[in-house]
Amino acid sequence: MAIISNAVTIADAGAFSVSLGSMVHIKTLTASNDSTLAFIHGTDDVVLDDTYPIYILKIINLFSHTDDRAVLLNFTIDGTNFNVTKTTTFFRARHNESGSHAQLDYRGRADLEQSASGQEFVEGFDGEADANVNSTIFLYDPSSTTFVKHFTMETQGTGNGGTDAQTSTNAFVSGYCNTTSAVTGLRIEGQSTTISGTFKLYGIKDS
Amino acid sequence: MAVVSNGTTIIDAGALGSGVPTGKMILIKTLTASGSGTLDFINGADSVVFDGTYKEYVFKFINIHPATDSADLTFQVDTGTNTNYNQTIMSTVFRAEIREDGADSKLIYDTNLDQEEGTAFQQIQHDIGNDADQSAAGTLTLFNPASATFVKHFMARSQIYYAGDYALDFLVAGYFNTTTALTRVQFKMSTGNIDSGVIKLYGIGG
Repeated sequence: MAIISNAVTIADAGAFSVSLGSMVHIKTLTASNDSTLAFIHGTDDVVLDDTYPIYILKIINLFSHTDDRAVLLNFTIDGTNFNVTKTTTFFRARHNESGSHAQLDYRGRADLEQSASGQEFVEGFDGEADANVNSTIFLYDPSSTTFVKHFTMETQGTGNGGTDAQTSTNAFVSGYCNTTSAVTGLRIEGQSTTISGTFKLYGIKDS
Repeated sequence: MAVVSNGTTIIDAGALGSGVPTGKMILIKTLTASGSGTLDFINGADSVVFDGTYKEYVFKFINIHPATDSADLTFQVDTGTNTNYNQTIMSTVFRAEIREDGADSKLIYDTNLDQEEGTAFQQIQHDIGNDADQSAAGTLTLFNPASATFVKHFMARSQIYYAGDYALDFLVAGYFNTTTALTRVQFKMSTGNIDSGVIKLYGIGG
């Protein structure tokens, strides 16, 4: 039975006919001193297939429990092995509290050339108690069996741990998973560290 | 009474059914400038929400037009009921630009526009022209302003019709170096009023 108001069909056949917005929340996961955190299609209500042409992962207050460690992003095509070959670019603006760095540079040590390794968000997470990293990741058409899978990351956080002063780091990564197999999951992993933070996966409807 | 269509609960008990997917970019407030000295978004005032309700807040700037040529759109925040708008900022600024005649194109880091533990208003739109057709547009994202643990990060990117007849892609990011919850955001020009323009605040839900 359709729901019609003032000659406008509001809902029919179990779905709304009117627009309800196009950015759909799929799943929120929270890491609490964990080594890894993964979104895998079909696991724990996660959708990461051809339901949406674009997926967005929002990361809020990502924290490394060990100072000066990398936190990495990787992808899977089988739901188990997170080792998809990637080629990426990495550039950043950074400025530290002591004023010894204020610059824009391309970071050859943080990009990937046909590598199955994880992609860094910022170099060397700062481990101070108030330090954290936030990022928005776009993943395009992960279910394609024709094309490589492009993704972009914009990250703002406190990088350059260790002996360096706390550093505001705005990092930009873009690249592709060099596979024509469907990407079915992604994982955030601490490199010799554990992580905490909030991770929200959204899908963008195409109609 | 529930409204059920084809076996799916659409509406029940005054709310949409849990199976109905809804958009998660929620419009909180729109402010429209008209010769305005400041535009303020204050949690709890005038229907503004800026607290722990959302983990991410997004401001959209549409056709910001300064009353004074070459003015910069700036912003600051404050905590509690404070109105000094002088929180400590660490920031980076860089830009890509090209003049309309193609004579000057470059990508540079702006050491004179970033802040190093400064408390000034932060530029997020630089040198906006005030010819009739000149304006700026962009986005500012603030992460988890209600946190009592972490510093508060922000990212902004704007496209500006620069006073010197340039297209200017202006990127600013950084953090407010405080672990106290932020409760308010103020926007103003570096000089003169905001002649016209719209600023929209959204919360990212889910």
